[in-house]
Amino acid sequence: MTVTLSERQQATTRALAEHGAAPGALLPVLHAIQDALGYIPDDALDSIASHFNLSRADVHGVISFYHDFKHAPPARRVLRLCRAEACQSMGGAALEADLRKRLGLGPDEDVNRDGIAIEAAYCFGACACAPAAMLDGELHGRLDLETLTALARGEAELKA
Amino acid sequence: MSVITIYVPGDAGALAVGADAVATAIVAQAQARGTAIKLVRNGSRGMYWLEPLVEVEVAGRRHAYGPVKARDVAGLFEANFLNAGQHPLALGETENLAWLRNQERLTFQRVGVTDPLSLSDYQAHDGVSGLRAALAMAPADIIKAVTDSGLRGRGGAAFPTGIKWKTVAEAAGTQKYIVCNADEGDSGTFADRMLMEGDPLLLIEGMTIAGLAVGATQGYVYIRSEYPHAERAMRAAIEVATAGGFLGADILGSRRAFTLEVRRGAGAYICGEETSLLESIEGKRGQIRFKPPLPAHKGLFGQPTVVNNVLTLATVPVILAKGAQFYGEYGRGRSRGTQPFQLAGNVKQGGLIEKAFGLTLGELIFDWGGGSASGRPVRTAQVGGPLGAYLPPAHFDTPLDYESFAARKAMLGHGGVVVFDDTVDMAAMARFAMEFCAVESCGKCTPCRIGSVRGRELIEHIMAGREVTRNLATLHDLCDTMISASLCALGGMAPFPVLSALEHFPDDFVRAGRDAA
Ligand SMILES: Cc1cc2nc3c(=O)[nH]c(=O)nc-3n(C[C@H](O)[C@H](O)[C@H](O)COP(=O)(O)O)c2cc1C
Ligand code: SF4
Ligand code: FES
Repeated sequence: MTVTLSERQQATTRALAEHGAAPGALLPVLHAIQDALGYIPDDALDSIASHFNLSRADVHGVISFYHDFKHAPPARRVLRLCRAEACQSMGGAALEADLRKRLGLGPDEDVNRDGIAIEAAYCFGACACAPAAMLDGELHGRLDLETLTALARGEAELKA
Repeated sequence: MSVITIYVPGDAGALAVGADAVATAIVAQAQARGTAIKLVRNGSRGMYWLEPLVEVEVAGRRHAYGPVKARDVAGLFEANFLNAGQHPLALGETENLAWLRNQERLTFQRVGVTDPLSLSDYQAHDGVSGLRAALAMAPADIIKAVTDSGLRGRGGAAFPTGIKWKTVAEAAGTQKYIVCNADEGDSGTFADRMLMEGDPLLLIEGMTIAGLAVGATQGYVYIRSEYPHAERAMRAAIEVATAGGFLGADILGSRRAFTLEVRRGAGAYICGEETSLLESIEGKRGQIRFKPPLPAHKGLFGQPTVVNNVLTLATVPVILAKGAQFYGEYGRGRSRGTQPFQLAGNVKQGGLIEKAFGLTLGELIFDWGGGSASGRPVRTAQVGGPLGAYLPPAHFDTPLDYESFAARKAMLGHGGVVVFDDTVDMAAMARFAMEFCAVESCGKCTPCRIGSVRGRELIEHIMAGREVTRNLATLHDLCDTMISASLCALGGMAPFPVLSALEHFPDDFVRAGRDAA
């Protein structure tokens, strides 16, 4: 899915209009753009910078500091796997290794041929229902390999 | 016929194990049977092994069923659960469940009980009474009550809350701020999340009282991006509270003002540290600020600022409503009041246990948790998040209070306990601690930025059996340097899980080496 230049400009203009006035509003603006487009396009930096009276490098510095902000369009489906301790105590690392095998992902690869990506996360607060993962803002707990694979592949009706 | 009320938690942890599907199935069944029901999406009671936990209110008493799956719902209707009918998933009256009955829920008194976004429910369950009391008090008396209660910050550092507030109250500034730290970055902790989702109005009440006490009219709640449900709940609750007149330009007709804004983090553990958090709200990279000045003197936008954890602020209303003495009577030594402990990981019965400080770690793991989920022996528990120590069973007699933990080179932190069974590889956990520090370092100082990377490499060498003795010695030196020379507690405490693993489980490091040799 590609985003056109006019969509990018529209999202940026709207984010600045809706969120840009509050004190210290850079993060809310960046979030609004990413919520709309899935990433923060390079060609948005100039208008953001001039709005906040910052240099392009300043804005880039903020974007690159935070793990959440993406410079490029995300993969078709991004599964965020919790790697923190409670999930590890319930076999999270082995689960991730098995999932990678099923998706045909090497240990250092993030995206497979079908556009399915795995991303590391550190705790979703579902530590009493470990292991946990998040997909499109939805949290999933007590995961096993079957459920996790189904999630990654976008196969429906998981929790019924 | 009166409408029957059914409770299905809307808590993210319950949703993670299928609560939405259960709620949908219940509505569909009720419709198919022509039965009128009222569905409330409450917070979680904190018994996560029983989630989704469905409750039915019959003649004013709530009856619990769980863990319910969507496919169980038809059977529950068949078993007449709308009338508290018997069913294999029936747990009896919720109030009689020992796990809940034996807690001392002060901060969490309404979580799981009320409709989180109903102001009338909130008031019917003692909500707003703390704020009403505060509105009738002089600011100095509010601060005195908080000081006298012995409340200490629940975010990890356990700093006395009353003293912090007094500093801000006395500081000169044109616009003071209350900032709620809802970054809850510590793995194994989820009490902030549960509270924001299950009783968001309480946090608003606590922040408003803080504003009255120090003379701040603006507050921010900084919520980590991993918590979209909590963020939605807080935003909705702020609207409800503002519409209900207990937030805004004229709080409950007092002509005093307090407004609140939610800010979302962006996936940076370090932004839980208070000065990084302030940088982030200001729209900057979340790098640590040098102290002094303290945030209490020069905080957000250079103004005097209270930064408190969610649980700290959410505990203030009960102190104002019931008195400092009431609250301070709970607890042990200098750890006054109650702590919402969070029990998680490889444990049979994980969840939220609010108890007075002082029960032991072992009681929490075995009496409340029922031991490991796998049924294997418990080997260790990490307490206080990713920077907390790993304790061996020989230390499970440690009372859960700040001083007892410090005496064992451990820390209570935000009250999270993560249990591991005997399959855990402690060298791997030590490596993870360094790796996490490397991923999350803000980069401002060398011991943390470079040390964590080097620490991970050293542990990897040890695990592979390369020059184990020499690398162990280097690792100890490196840990000492990180502890003494890091600018903040990320680099300064990341060595604690490593050192505790080395001290209590040395065999795992040597064995790792032997295996590869
Ligand atoms: C690396 C690091 C991470 C922290 N993360 C959090 C956090 O997620 N939540 C929190 O309340 N405090 C966190 N703190 C502690 C805060 O700096 C600060 O002490 C706290 O917000 C003060 O509130 P309290 O007095 O109510 O505890 C962290 C500290 C450090 C050094
Ligand atoms: S210890 Fe780490 S996180 Fe803290 S200031 Fe130094 S580099 Fe930043
Ligand atoms: S440790 Fe995985 S959700 Fe908290």
